[in-house]
Amino acid sequence: MPVFVIADSAIGLVSDFFEWFGSLGLFFWQVLRAGLTPPYEWRELIRQLDEVGSKSLPLVAMAGASIGAVLSMEARSSLSRFGAKAMLPSAIVYSVVLEMGPIITGLVVSGRVGAGIGAELASMKVTEQIDAIEASAINPYRLLAATRILACILMLPLLTLVADATGLFAGWLTQTIVEPISLRQFINSGFAGATFNSFLPPTFKTAVFGLIVGLIACFQGMRTRGGAEGVGRAATNSVVLSSLFVILADVVLVKFILVFFP
Amino acid sequence: MATAADIAAKQDRLESDGSVPVLSVTNLMKSFGNRKVLNGLSLSVNRGETLAVLGRSGTGKSVLLRIVIGLEKPDSGAVCIHGHDIAGLSMDELGEFRKKMGFLFQHAALYDSLTVGENVAFPLDHHRRGMAQSEKAERVRQLLAEVGLERDADKMPSDISGGMQKRAGLARALALEPVILLLDEPTAGLDPISSGEIDDLVLKLQREHNMASIVVTHDMYSAKTIANRLAILDKGEVVIEGTFKDLQESNIEFVQEFLSHA
Repeated sequence: MPVFVIADSAIGLVSDFFEWFGSLGLFFWQVLRAGLTPPYEWRELIRQLDEVGSKSLPLVAMAGASIGAVLSMEARSSLSRFGAKAMLPSAIVYSVVLEMGPIITGLVVSGRVGAGIGAELASMKVTEQIDAIEASAINPYRLLAATRILACILMLPLLTLVADATGLFAGWLTQTIVEPISLRQFINSGFAGATFNSFLPPTFKTAVFGLIVGLIACFQGMRTRGGAEGVGRAATNSVVLSSLFVILADVVLVKFILVFFP
Repeated sequence: MATAADIAAKQDRLESDGSVPVLSVTNLMKSFGNRKVLNGLSLSVNRGETLAVLGRSGTGKSVLLRIVIGLEKPDSGAVCIHGHDIAGLSMDELGEFRKKMGFLFQHAALYDSLTVGENVAFPLDHHRRGMAQSEKAERVRQLLAEVGLERDADKMPSDISGGMQKRAGLARALALEPVILLLDEPTAGLDPISSGEIDDLVLKLQREHNMASIVVTHDMYSAKTIANRLAILDKGEVVIEGTFKDLQESNIEFVQEFLSHA
């Protein structure tokens, strides 16, 4: 009967979800244990900081600038209706720094870095390179996973600052084309009344985004099976799942920030 | 309590003593789901000896090597390196033992983001951190010269042939001067001339390094050329073990049928 088929599928989905989550938890524990035990893989960590950080910089900067420009145009139109055009610099600053910059950075990095890590490790898995690393008495969780996850955690806040900067600059540029205002005036007006406490928590929440992107991408890559199809699946799943969990984590983290950093 | 390093040092003393085999596996059982792959397999290898393991596809030959190096855990049974059972050890505990083993994977499993020279240097970079760069470079040069690749150190794995990849894999397997060498189908996928070159190379390296070697192969000619003893597996157990002459003189029907098709 169709009802039983649907129920069976639903139970299977729920079971698969819990299996995936449990395996992810075990994987995280193995990476944590390996990452906190010497010898540390400093050279690989530095290489990954470059891969995650400097190679994502142009994309993140462009994404931030686009968001700043769009916000400026949309906010100007809305605020004009209420006679509140003077609030535009604050609206752009608070929108970009509190939310748009962090979430856009998280999603852009989950696409670029998540797919890259997922595909790279999946390819290594199906060609036995990860087995070769383990057979050489080197812990692959320490060498491959811990370095990549730590690089994501460290680089996301820095990339967010870049997205914020380009977003604010593009927002100013978009406004000044229509209604000239100096950059100094725009910044002073936008940041009026704000403190470091307003902006630091939203920026550092992206470290959690980095943990999510790095962990899911490494997990999907290192448990791949099935040749080329498996590599493609790992890359796709890395992007989809890390993007989804970044968005879900943002909801929780925003609430956390509002409660503990009012 | 003895550490893994203490046990490894004791093995070195026993090895020169000749009192126990370097490597022995006893009553190994391994299943994947409902499929029983190893069914009480036992064999041993001494220093300076090469044992060829043959059998039909799916009889557990590669699984045997993966269990010896610790990439798979047996369901039951023992894997002894100089009398010390390593079958139940964790990844970190296996480290000292794995440093004494070299493994050549069926498709070489070279790290595709590193050059041939960097691949060979990889175990040295991680386990000989106190070694001077010049000393390391000289060791890599010697290893590549041993396998005939001294002019190919700067090439990427994708730029060299399958036979050259196997030779690079062999050089990497020898980097830490192992006492045990495990070769998984070293001539698979190679033309007869390249296969002959690999056989000659394995014989030469065995003479020079005096290791205990297990070679898993389908290639009877290669097995006869490089091995002191041959073992034929069927249904997860050793059907016969001895010299090629012993196999020819056997009156076991399966063995005669195997030899007739080899």
